[in-house]
Amino acid sequence: MLKDQDRIFTNLYGMHERTLAGAKARGHWDGTAGIIQKGRDWIVDQMKASGLRGRGGAGFPTGLKWSFMPKESDGRPAYLVINADESEPGTCKDREIMRHDPHTLIEGALIASFAMNANAAYIYIRGEYIREREALQVAIDEAYDAGLLGKNAAGSGWDFDLYLHHGAGAYICGEETALIESLEGKKGMPRMKPPFPAGAGLYGCPTTVNNVESIAVVPTILRRGPEWFAGFGRPNNAGTKLFAISGHVNTPCVVEEAMSISFEELIEKHCGGIRGGWDNLLAVIPGGSSVPCVRGENMRDAIMDFDYLRNDLGSGLGTAAVIVMDKQTDIIKAIWRLAKFYKHESCGQCTPCREGTGWMMRVMDRLVRGEAEIEEIDMLWDVTKQVEGHTICALGDAAAWPIQGLIRNFRDEIEDRIKAQKTGRRTVLAAE
Amino acid sequence: MLRRLYHDQPESFAFTPENQKWAEAQITKYPAGRAQSAVIPLLWRAQEQEGWLSRPAIEYVADMLGMAHIRAFEVASFYFMFQLTPTGSIAHVQICGTLSCMICGAEDLIKVCQEQIADKPFTVSEDGAFTWEEVECLGACSNAPMVQIGKDYYEDLTADRFAEILAELRAGKVPVPGPQNGRFSSEPLSGLTSLKEFDSGKTKYNASAQLAVDLGETVKRIDGTEVPILTPWMKGKEATAVAAPAGETVVDPAPVAKPAHAQAAQAKATASKPKPKAVAAAEIDEAEPEVLTAARSEGADDLKKISGVGPKLEQTLNELGFFHFDQIAKWTDAEIQWVDNRLKFKGRITRDDWIGQAAELAKALAKKD
Repeated sequence: MLKDQDRIFTNLYGMHERTLAGAKARGHWDGTAGIIQKGRDWIVDQMKASGLRGRGGAGFPTGLKWSFMPKESDGRPAYLVINADESEPGTCKDREIMRHDPHTLIEGALIASFAMNANAAYIYIRGEYIREREALQVAIDEAYDAGLLGKNAAGSGWDFDLYLHHGAGAYICGEETALIESLEGKKGMPRMKPPFPAGAGLYGCPTTVNNVESIAVVPTILRRGPEWFAGFGRPNNAGTKLFAISGHVNTPCVVEEAMSISFEELIEKHCGGIRGGWDNLLAVIPGGSSVPCVRGENMRDAIMDFDYLRNDLGSGLGTAAVIVMDKQTDIIKAIWRLAKFYKHESCGQCTPCREGTGWMMRVMDRLVRGEAEIEEIDMLWDVTKQVEGHTICALGDAAAWPIQGLIRNFRDEIEDRIKAQKTGRRTVLAAE
Repeated sequence: MLRRLYHDQPESFAFTPENQKWAEAQITKYPAGRAQSAVIPLLWRAQEQEGWLSRPAIEYVADMLGMAHIRAFEVASFYFMFQLTPTGSIAHVQICGTLSCMICGAEDLIKVCQEQIADKPFTVSEDGAFTWEEVECLGACSNAPMVQIGKDYYEDLTADRFAEILAELRAGKVPVPGPQNGRFSSEPLSGLTSLKEFDSGKTKYNASAQLAVDLGETVKRIDGTEVPILTPWMKGKEATAVAAPAGETVVDPAPVAKPAHAQAAQAKATASKPKPKAVAAAEIDEAEPEVLTAARSEGADDLKKISGVGPKLEQTLNELGFFHFDQIAKWTDAEIQWVDNRLKFKGRITRDDWIGQAAELAKALAKKD
């Protein structure tokens, strides 16, 4: 288990002093100017060496992403945009950073912005996080008062302004180009790529969009060295990670752990085990609603990192939002609920997604009740394949994968229900 | 989901003066010529003020930002947090119904809404107090099931507790938000499994609940006097109408010798913060109460015990020179005005009856001694 002194978010639960003074006492804002004086290339190289992969779901290497930003300005300003639109069902980790350990994020924003030649950064926080927004704004004001932001931020010689902006309840704004559109005051509809944001993003200027957690871990990595961070987890899956566990465990929680921890250890150490014991485990969605579910029996020994979950289980780590479902759960209904979510959140721009998400939800609705033909399962599978990969952004994929995961892992259950419905509900049903 | 403007629209809309100031300050966050970026925050403030978004409100915001009306309508209809129909007079209740909450009992919460508010979402209850809707994931999954009421999250709910909360709200009370099962924030319910070395014995509330308790505006219509917007990024840039620190207009307290640190704190306040509005100040002349440069030898009292005073306010009070309950208990009306002008919360002192509370606490302390 990860030791407390190796945890980056030492005030994750907010039990400690949440002010700037408290953050400083825990080691944040220490030698920030010195880090910045080592220069842009040094910072980017260190981030690459640390092996940090983006914490927003896709797992793209953070250092590499930063290196795409133009080295020299062509007259346009550059922007860092921090994606705090945490809306992926199951995910509730950035909230804890922003309300309880906000200075990790603010310091990270300064360093990251310097590394990408940006004098301004925007944090785009989801609209529902009203108290989190207020808490974060208090921290930003504190940092300004202490000279850590603004002109010559933290005595580094770099001028830096940090602005807090908020959305108004659209999941799609977590997609980076939709987020940029929304930040420009428009509907949150994703843009075609290319051009990528690093070439033309916010206001047509070079922009990098990073997740809150990716930015908040930066100062600690640079202070303690990339080797320290890379020392956790398997190769290519380095570091520590916030896991958010919800659903049918005895004590759901958000916790920082080393990458590549086993699922069993994660659940036993922090969540008090599965409700009703391990034999009662039905399915797990290991990375937020967008990744396919995994059958419980395959999950116990699973290694919680990007590569294992993708290559060995056909799922993904996503945002490390672990949703646990026990055998009292109606798994078909659970996936129907996610289908409903994606139908609700589709922005309506691309036809396959706009029409497909509604179509899939309606079929799922009938599957929950068993009012369907067996052939329709394959038809549904085909439709998910028609949506997947045929849209501007990944919402279409994200809507397709949970259903594919259901069909792949629980086809027998769907078929049983259809048969039971056909034989007049004579057999016992687990429908409700 | 079809989202249309409501059939019965009010005549007009205007921000309150404080909200107007807030909105103008908000626009300074974006580069020149990019005022449109502020459309979501401004529409949201309009909704906070009125409870829902009317056509005049959307047009008002569009005009303020130099946008075509249709562009603002697009935004208002695209984002689901904007309520295009009137909501309950007390609160609009949002039940998170997505997977984690669903499998932890959100459907029971929805039943409570159907019984106690209205059968259908977006329908005003018979007494006009509430509306409800099922929303998608609110991002507090480890604290499922949960609902958002006004500004706040009520987490780790049961149907019974939720019904109680609704009843309390109906009775004009605001239950403390946050986890309702004894948890502090998102740690394991059975106790810490990590960060044990960092346990400070717990402050009373987590950051969200603390703000809710300090500000006390969970279900209030926001008029702009609650949390001022500071614009520290405007410091050193060309002064605009918004950022011009109008601190000089603060009514100067009687020219009594002030402790140096109180003066410094005040100077700081006037330099970087927008002025507390001097409107109310005109009604009662202020007088400076007796202040101390430091706590007496027995140490400062825990001013946080006064309901309505959080750590931040306590710090401010200390900076002004107040460390003890008996000091506060002695304030006269004019002195309350003096303190009120220096705090950001207009009328808070009398509203929460600090004087009475402080007197009680001072008495209790004296007894103990």
